[in-house]
Amino acid sequence: MNATTRLLSLSPVDILIIALYFAVVLGIGFYLKRFTKTGEDFFLAGRDMTAWIAGLSFLAANLGSLELMGWAGSAYQYGILAAHWYWIGAIPAMLFLGVIMMPFYYISKTHSVPGYLKLRYNEPTRALSAISFGFMTVLMSGINMFAMAKVMQVVLGWDIGFSIWMSSLTVAVYVTLGGLLSAIFNEVLQCLLIWAGALLIPILGMIEAGGWNGLVSKIGERYTHMWSTMGNFSDNPMGIHWTGIVFGLAWVISFGYWTTDFLVVQRVLAARDLRSARMAPIIASVFKMAVPIIVILPGLLGLAVLPMKLVPESVAAVTGQPSYNAVLPLMLARYCGPGLLGLGITALIAGFMSGMAGNVSAFATVWTYDIYRPMFRKEAPDAHYVTVGRWCTILGVLVSIGTAYLVMQFASIMDYVQALFSFFIAPLFGTVIFGMMWKRTTPQGGFWGLLTGTLMSLVLYLWVKMDPSALRYVALSPHAKALAEDMYRALWSWTTCAVVTVVVSLFTKPKPVAELEGLVYGVTKIPHEGPIPMWKQPVFWASIVAVVFVIVNIIFW
Amino acid sequence: MHKPGMVSIWFFIGMILLVYGIIITGAGIYDLFNPPPHPLVLANLHSGVWWGGFLLLVGLIYSIKFRPSKTK
Repeated sequence: MNATTRLLSLSPVDILIIALYFAVVLGIGFYLKRFTKTGEDFFLAGRDMTAWIAGLSFLAANLGSLELMGWAGSAYQYGILAAHWYWIGAIPAMLFLGVIMMPFYYISKTHSVPGYLKLRYNEPTRALSAISFGFMTVLMSGINMFAMAKVMQVVLGWDIGFSIWMSSLTVAVYVTLGGLLSAIFNEVLQCLLIWAGALLIPILGMIEAGGWNGLVSKIGERYTHMWSTMGNFSDNPMGIHWTGIVFGLAWVISFGYWTTDFLVVQRVLAARDLRSARMAPIIASVFKMAVPIIVILPGLLGLAVLPMKLVPESVAAVTGQPSYNAVLPLMLARYCGPGLLGLGITALIAGFMSGMAGNVSAFATVWTYDIYRPMFRKEAPDAHYVTVGRWCTILGVLVSIGTAYLVMQFASIMDYVQALFSFFIAPLFGTVIFGMMWKRTTPQGGFWGLLTGTLMSLVLYLWVKMDPSALRYVALSPHAKALAEDMYRALWSWTTCAVVTVVVSLFTKPKPVAELEGLVYGVTKIPHEGPIPMWKQPVFWASIVAVVFVIVNIIFW
Repeated sequence: MHKPGMVSIWFFIGMILLVYGIIITGAGIYDLFNPPPHPLVLANLHSGVWWGGFLLLVGLIYSIKFRPSKTK
């Protein structure tokens, strides 16, 4: 696309703001290199993060460009139903991680989630999860990269290659220099810049639309109710039934992502003590619950106030119209003058970079500790593993760039992400939760459950691809859209993993209880935190978040 | 995360918000006195001025509160 077809232009002030952002994140990387000497520093940021830093980083690593542009586009397409991915599809799982699961990860002193599986099960289970995680991570990174580059091309007329190389090489430089320490430092900065750059859109959008009532009158009730339209598959824009949201999204996908995806869990493992590690996901959940203000609301407002009609990615590729994913930049262009526009674009770039940094730093850790060390070089000096981690960071970025172009084959970027989750995250959650909560689970049960769950997901995906009428069996309805299909496929995948894990475990020999201490509920002594006031306890704050979560769901019922 | 001699992340955040606030407020004030030929939607609210001012204020507070000489 040439510059004459772009949707908006940047002024010199905007370019100055974007350039300053790049200078600061690179400067932070160079500055932190001197503090990153050991493997613990590079891969776990010295395990010295406060609850607030770990919590904001935990959230920012999830705030990739997909979270901003993709979900704003999904809100334009599906209405407020997209907010389920922020509330029931996130909050219960984040609280569960903080209150129940974190002690086991933290006490085991593991470097990674596959590392936990090695301790709980055996080496093959770790290898399987590490390889599938590495595969998923670089693909996710490529998706993020493509999403950002595509929108920058449509909106600003930037060359797709320029966007990809400029942003990803910047991430490569600062993560290679400072490892997780640098990634977390920048993620906190990026998280706040995202809010600073994006919050103005809903404020001005609500003024233009005439408040919430004005917005509802413009787009209709069908787009503004979260639960009341889900009694039938055909009553809502997503073609989903409430069972798909509750069991597929809230239970399998959400718990799988927030409690076992090492991309986010790594941030919490970097906390300075157990209480900080437990508080971090709870703090993050408060911000997560508020993210729809800067993502979902702009998508709904776009539906109400934008003069042009946005189309799916597949149609946009043919007609040249802006796609759903361009709704956020279009809203920026509608309200933001020189300076503010630069800040808004910086927020989008920051979102992309925080997501990508999360992916590559997690990839480097898993590759180094869970693939390279056990399979290629078991005993080596700490400095050797730091060097391997730095090279893996560069390798991860380069592979991600290559995979960015794979994404073009898929009609909707977000649908593809959910498909990936159901392949890898859904069965992994089954393996981790059974291992953590049931001491009878055996290493063989864990391995075969994980393998068959992953295969089931792949088979169901290919079945519908080859025979679309199979949707009525996989997603329980021929009306189901791609997102709905993903929810049910994840549910089948998890169920397969659970059944196989239990059956195989009952016929094989469990590990001695002594080997499960610090890893499994019921045989682990959770350290007592001493006499601390109620308002400092994770359970207290988790309860408050849970109450607010219920209230917002009732308000938007 | 305060290793000996390390500048707080909040200071970096304060500084970038301060500089952004100055630039955006300046651009907003310039637009106030030199309105563009094709004004944006809700341009009459002059969001650049007050949003830039807000960033400037937050940045100033954080830059002072977490300045290196104080946190070392």
